[in-house]
Amino acid sequence: MNSSDRVVSLNAPARPNGSGAAAILSAGAGSFALAVLAFAGDKSALIKSSLVFYKPTGPLSGVTTAAILTWLFTWGILEWRWRKRTVAAGRISAIALVFLGLSLLLTFPPVVDLF
Amino acid sequence: MEITTRSLWALIHGMGFGALYLLACSGALLELYRFTSSYPPSDSTPGHERFLKGYLITMVVLAWAAVLTGAYVLYPWYRAAPPPGTADLSMYPQRLLLSSPTTIGWHSFGMEWKEHIAWLVPISITMAAFVFIRYGRGLRNHRQLRAAVLCFTLVSFLAAGVAGFFGAMINKYAPVQGGPTIQLSPGGEK
Repeated sequence: MNSSDRVVSLNAPARPNGSGAAAILSAGAGSFALAVLAFAGDKSALIKSSLVFYKPTGPLSGVTTAAILTWLFTWGILEWRWRKRTVAAGRISAIALVFLGLSLLLTFPPVVDLF
Repeated sequence: MEITTRSLWALIHGMGFGALYLLACSGALLELYRFTSSYPPSDSTPGHERFLKGYLITMVVLAWAAVLTGAYVLYPWYRAAPPPGTADLSMYPQRLLLSSPTTIGWHSFGMEWKEHIAWLVPISITMAAFVFIRYGRGLRNHRQLRAAVLCFTLVSFLAAGVAGFFGAMINKYAPVQGGPTIQLSPGGEK
């Protein structure tokens, strides 16, 4: 690739940020869903038993499957709504990082044991 | 020299997928930062960008392979319940750890943390790879997206580190073992 190609690539117009924001927010939401489901399963025997999707793996199978479906569903909806738009990426990224921070807290056993 | 199939799966999960992911992570963080910083270095070419896209896709595959083999191949062996009256718990790692106050924490803290935090890794790196593939070096024009991608990638690194550390320690105190034996080389006295 010669230098003129690189100049063209570097100066290409910016894409709308909606698609990236959708991926980031949905990753935060999916992580948070995983943490909330894990927390709920730890605190309620009924929820724990309802999360057993695959018996050898136990409730972890339901926690992770439901969280991944939540993540992918949220991503699909947001991508569909935002992909051609420019959105408030700063606010959306901040919300996603708050979700991620809460996920880290809620998956940390000493924090779970506080409740 | 021989190895059991369960030990082989533990090796594939930990030393294969998990350790390779951890090794790749620091490189991904550095390259993502370098490619998307405001002042692109003179040696960043479209060829390098394609390489980084392939590198991130490989990391996505490693991350998903690690959590899926962990949850659906190894974890059932780890948490298997022994028949009543079983005295030798060596084939039941979770129960073996819970049977002694000196090892109970490796399950109640280590495994409880690892089994959940590990799943943040594939979610985070899949998102990071998607955003980089979608925007490439153009990500430097979206500072907030870039910052979020770097944060998620850093968290995936830390989460993989936690999962890897506890996986190694739990396997040290209560290894997953058993199953058919694979002969690696014929034994013999020297």
